[in-house]
Amino acid sequence: MSAGSAALTIGHLLRDLAPRVLGVVARRHGEFTAAEDAVQEALVAAAAQWPVDGVPANPSGWVHHVAVRRLTDHVRSEGARRRREDSVASELWAEWAFVPPPDTELDVERDDALLLLFMCCHPALTPPSAIALTLRAVGGLTTAEIASAFLVPEATMAQRISRAKQSIRSSGVPFAAPSDEERATRLSAVLHVLYLMYNEGYTSSAGPDLQRPDLSNEAIRLAWMLRGIVPDAPEVTGLLALMLLTDARRAARSGPSGELIPLDEQDRARWNRALIDEGIALLSNALPRGAIGPYQLQAAIAAVHDEAARTEETDWVQILALYGLLERMSDNPMVSLNRAVAAAMVHGAATGIRMLDALDADARIAGHYRLDAVRGHLLELAGEHERAAAHYRAAAAATANVPERDYLVRKAAACRPR
Amino acid sequence: MRYILMMHAPHGDGEYEILTSWTPEDLKAHLDYWHDLNRALIDSGEMVGVEALAPPGQAKLVRAGKDGMPAITDGPFPEMKEFLAGYWIVDVDRPERAYEIAARASAAPGPGGAPLFMPIEVRQVMRSPIVEM
Repeated sequence: MSAGSAALTIGHLLRDLAPRVLGVVARRHGEFTAAEDAVQEALVAAAAQWPVDGVPANPSGWVHHVAVRRLTDHVRSEGARRRREDSVASELWAEWAFVPPPDTELDVERDDALLLLFMCCHPALTPPSAIALTLRAVGGLTTAEIASAFLVPEATMAQRISRAKQSIRSSGVPFAAPSDEERATRLSAVLHVLYLMYNEGYTSSAGPDLQRPDLSNEAIRLAWMLRGIVPDAPEVTGLLALMLLTDARRAARSGPSGELIPLDEQDRARWNRALIDEGIALLSNALPRGAIGPYQLQAAIAAVHDEAARTEETDWVQILALYGLLERMSDNPMVSLNRAVAAAMVHGAATGIRMLDALDADARIAGHYRLDAVRGHLLELAGEHERAAAHYRAAAAATANVPERDYLVRKAAACRPR
Repeated sequence: MRYILMMHAPHGDGEYEILTSWTPEDLKAHLDYWHDLNRALIDSGEMVGVEALAPPGQAKLVRAGKDGMPAITDGPFPEMKEFLAGYWIVDVDRPERAYEIAARASAAPGPGGAPLFMPIEVRQVMRSPIVEM
C-alpha cells in the first residue's frame, strides 16, 4: 500500500469512527461543545500519528482514550480553581478523572449519531454554520478540510465553528433525545442541512479537485448514515434517493472546460446507471409508506427525468403532476417556476408564460434572474426570439454564477436573428 | 455571498503619504485600525482574504508587444487620480453587511484621528452556489 492510499484509508477510518466516539464522549460528559473540541483534537493527533506508528488495534478506543484525556486535562485546570471554592466539585472530579484505556470497547448507542445531527443542525444556527459543524462533528472532517471545501482560510472556518458551538451552548439544548413532538421538526432541520450541503457541493464543484473534500459525497455519506439510524422515515430515504438520482447526472452536466450543459442537452449515456437504479429502488421503498413529503416528490421528479433514455421521451405529464403536488406542499416560488416549465412542455409555451406572469406578483421571486432565464426559455420555445434574447441577457447580467452566466449569454446569442 | 471591497486612495506623487508625511502616532492609530478590523472579520468568520498593495510609484502597465513579449511602461501614472491601495474579500450573509464593513474601512483614521472617508468600491464576486429546486 502506498503512503498516499494509506493516508486515504486512515482518513476514511477516522471519518467513520468520529461520530461514534463523539457520541460516547458527549453522552458520558454531557457537554457537547467541550466533547467536540476534545474529539477533534484526538482526530488531528490520530491523523498525524497513525501513518507513522501504524493504526492501533482498536482505533475508536484509541481516539476515545485521547479525547477523554484531553477533556480531563481541560477540566483539571478548570476544576483546580473551582475545587478550592466548592467541595462538591471534588466528587464530580473523581468521575471525570477516569480515562478509559485505549483498548476499551466503546459503548456506542444507535441513536448517538442522530443526537449529534440534532445538535449540529439546531435551528438556532444559520445553514452555513450548521453545515460546517455537521461536517466536523458528525462527518469527522478536520477544520482545515472544511475550510478548503468552502474555499475560506482555516482561521475563518475555525471561528465559524466556534461561534456555532457558542450558539448551541447558550441555547442550553442538552445532549439528549428531543421530545416526540419536537423530534419531527428537528429531523426535518437535519434533512434541510444535508440537502443544502449536497447542493453546495453539486453546484460549486468545478472539475476534479482531489485536495478538496467533496461536499456532495459527504452529504450522501451522511444521508446513508442517517438512513441506517432511521430506516423507517420516508423523507430521509426520499432525500437520499434525490441525492443519488441527481448525482447520477454529475458527469454529464458540465463540459470539458466547466461549461454548464442543461438537462435536455446532456449525453445520457454518461449518466450513472447504478446510482439511478439505487435511487429508484430507495424511492420505491419509501413511497408506499404513505407519508409523502417534498424530498420524495423531488426524487420522483428526478427519477422521471433519469428514466427517459432520450430528452423527447421525458414524461412531462407526470412531472407536471408531481410539481403540482410539490407546489401545494411547499409554497416555494422556485417550485412554481419549474411547474411552469413542465406546463409549457405539456400544454404549450403560452400556458407556461401565463404562469410566469402570475409569478411577477410574488415578491419572493419577482426580478430574480431565474424568472428571466425561464421566461427567455419559454419565449424561445414560442418562437419569440427577440424577446427571449432580452430576457436571457437580463438573467445573464444578474446571476452571480459564472458557468450559468456563460450559458445564458450563449442562449441570448443563439436567439439573435440570422 | 462574497464581496470584494476595494479601497481607493488619491494617487499623490506615487508614494504612500502615510509613510512619508504622517506623524508616528497617526500612522500607529491608522495601522491599529486595520488590525482591529481584520481581527473582527476573522472572528466573525467572514474574512476570506485581505491584501495591501505596494505604492503606485512601483506600478507597471503591461501590454503584449507585437512578438507577444511583455511591453512594459513604468509608473507612476500621474494621469490616474486614484489607485487601488488594497482589498478585502469577505463572505457575508447579505449585501448590507458588506456595505457595513466597507463603511467601517472608509472611516479609517487619518491625520489627527479624523476619518479619511475613503471611497470603497464594493463588488460581488461571482462564483457557484446556486440552489436547485
